[in-house]
Amino acid sequence: MALILTEEQSMLRDSARGLISDKAPVSHLRHLRDSKDPTGFSKELWHSFAEMGFAGLLVPEEFGGSGLGFMEAGVVMEEIGRTLMPSPFLATSVVAASALNRGGNAAQKTEYLPKIASGSLLATLAIDEGAKHRPLRTNLQAVRAGNGFKLSGAKALVVDGHVADLFIVAARTAGSAGERDGLTLFLVNPAAKGVSVERTIMVDAHNAARIELANVEVTADSVLGEIDQGAALLDGVLDIGRGAVAAEMVGLSDEVFGRTVEYLKNRKQFGKLIGEFQALQHRAAELYVDIEISRAATMKALQALDADVAKAASSVAVAKARAGTTATRAVQEGVQMHGGMGMTDQFDIGFFMKRARVCEELFGDANYHTEQLARARGY
Amino acid sequence: MSETESAELEQFRNETRAWLEANCPPEMRKPATSDADVFWGGRNAKFSSEPQRIWFERMRDKGWTVPDWPKEYGGGGLSAAEHKVLRSEMARIGARPPLSSFGIWMLGPALLKYGNEAQKKEHLPKIAAGEIRWCQGYSEPNAGSDLASLQTRAESDGDDFVITGSKIWTSYANYADWIFCLVRTDPAAKKHDGISFILFDMTSKGVTTKPILLISGYSPFCETFFDGVRVPKSHVVGTVNRGWDVAKYLLQHERAMISGMGERGVGRPLGQIAADSVGTDAQGRLDDSMLRGRIATFDVDEAALAACAERAVDLAKAGQAHPAFSSAMKYYGTELNKRRYEILMSAGGVDALEWESERSKQGARPRAWLRTKANSIEGGTSEVMLGIVAKRILDLPGA
Repeated sequence: MALILTEEQSMLRDSARGLISDKAPVSHLRHLRDSKDPTGFSKELWHSFAEMGFAGLLVPEEFGGSGLGFMEAGVVMEEIGRTLMPSPFLATSVVAASALNRGGNAAQKTEYLPKIASGSLLATLAIDEGAKHRPLRTNLQAVRAGNGFKLSGAKALVVDGHVADLFIVAARTAGSAGERDGLTLFLVNPAAKGVSVERTIMVDAHNAARIELANVEVTADSVLGEIDQGAALLDGVLDIGRGAVAAEMVGLSDEVFGRTVEYLKNRKQFGKLIGEFQALQHRAAELYVDIEISRAATMKALQALDADVAKAASSVAVAKARAGTTATRAVQEGVQMHGGMGMTDQFDIGFFMKRARVCEELFGDANYHTEQLARARGY
Repeated sequence: MSETESAELEQFRNETRAWLEANCPPEMRKPATSDADVFWGGRNAKFSSEPQRIWFERMRDKGWTVPDWPKEYGGGGLSAAEHKVLRSEMARIGARPPLSSFGIWMLGPALLKYGNEAQKKEHLPKIAAGEIRWCQGYSEPNAGSDLASLQTRAESDGDDFVITGSKIWTSYANYADWIFCLVRTDPAAKKHDGISFILFDMTSKGVTTKPILLISGYSPFCETFFDGVRVPKSHVVGTVNRGWDVAKYLLQHERAMISGMGERGVGRPLGQIAADSVGTDAQGRLDDSMLRGRIATFDVDEAALAACAERAVDLAKAGQAHPAFSSAMKYYGTELNKRRYEILMSAGGVDALEWESERSKQGARPRAWLRTKANSIEGGTSEVMLGIVAKRILDLPGA
């Protein structure tokens, strides 16, 4: 399959770009931040997203979705990355929808997937516990109690956790932190007794929460996938999320780069356009190459996910590591080349730098994924 | 949504896989270990082994030395999608290219675009069949990065041009049968406007070559001298004085070729090569964590570059490629290849320092390491590539 967008995918990109650039330019994020908006995203815009079929993009048609693939999800994520629109798309429509679709039984799919597709249910995966993404170190305890389980522990960086209607919680039902066996995913109602949610205002002004579970009772029906054997499901779902975040970082990098190159063509110093200086030209050219390479690696990963999620791990690791390194470089060069203007809050560039930092941590940073590749290759 | 391969393409894949399995000798399913192990064709070509001969002849008979060239010129006539399938099936079993040739990588694409029918009929089938080995007369002692300042002159004399001057860094000129050469046909014109692209036989009277000894101890490049070489005007490709167009187009292909030198994902992973000399810890990890990190980062970059190379081909076939994109690939591919060899030298330690011994295959590793230093110079330096990206792709001012 060719590593370029099909005609349909290009049309999808155009319609996503049309909506997002029109309704949610960077000023939209700025307004949400400055007004201390309680939800942190626009519900109205989310409904438009649902009407256009984006909320249920990955949801199979039989459950009311569009039944599209990860390449298409990546196309939308890239556009989100361009304007930094805070949106439930990643947590709900990509990660949670994939978890439910891949791990859910018939009853769970029937209950949740149509609501995701219609935009009426927000869901999110709660995975990280420490400062760094280490899924196997999951230590939130789930102990059997009667027919169900009792969950106790804490999660951090739960994307959209303060507005979610459903948590998908990674917990340990056996073994100890670090082990692959003994992980189980649970569907948890945020309103259940013993759940506390603290919204965390993050550097990027996007949406996340810390959650704590204190002896939260769930029924056996709340298990998503197999008991003790949740690692495989989790791997796939996380890889899907990583591919999507890589696409967001490609969009973000490309946008920052475009703005920076424009600046180089307009800003004069020493009687010259600063874009005439070879010191800046070569750095801009290197960054261009970096972005193109990261874009190709990300498309390759999304295609691999579409072909077989279980076999996509290495491609995804390459994409997330490479797109992360590139985004980090793009925003640093963006600020540096904008000079003093780049340091001001009034200017948008800083928003990209902040979001890139969060994207880099989300679902594992470049070091984490580079390490995964080394292990997969047996050294 | 995953698009499944069409039924016809699926059938082509199955047939190709079966044919390769039946026809590619096991010895040809691993990378060549030295330049002597690569088949370059030409009038004086010798096969280094029987499997090499068999593999070349079988592929040649199918037109698969140049799978995507038209059949009438000795090619395989494959579509873009079929060519991609063939490449992936060859990669699957590690099959090496049956024929290496500047005719295939550089001159052929330029002739297909700019050559007249007689030139295509004359030269392309001989390239496809490995009968004629070509070399490239571009750089001159005073025209390196500033290639268009070249001074080798071609003076009109009836139906001929008479060529006088010298070229440098002519790869394998001492083995080549013919040369594609840039010459100045109008010394009065601006530097880009008086150049012609011309073809001639290296056995012509007045041509001499002299190999240049490099830091690797090898002499892949030559100085080439022309002393009144008489060449029919019909050997000019494209229009007289418009040779720079042909030269630039060919350079795109040359750069794509050089960037490809870094893609050798088929052999053993670098990390495992390093493990042989560095050793591993109790968990099986390289016993040099800094080196391990360098290798892993290299592996990420290499895999990403491979995806980008694949995408570049797809973009080109779809007519969506920027013509200067090969410069971007050339820059990154060559810098990456230099990194690979720095890692290999570091991983090899003392063992990688031996220059003359059977054990070291006559210093294969250090010589290859030194050879890679030319990658970011030949075909346009990294700095020239970045300048081209800045000017032609990013449209930065005054570049």
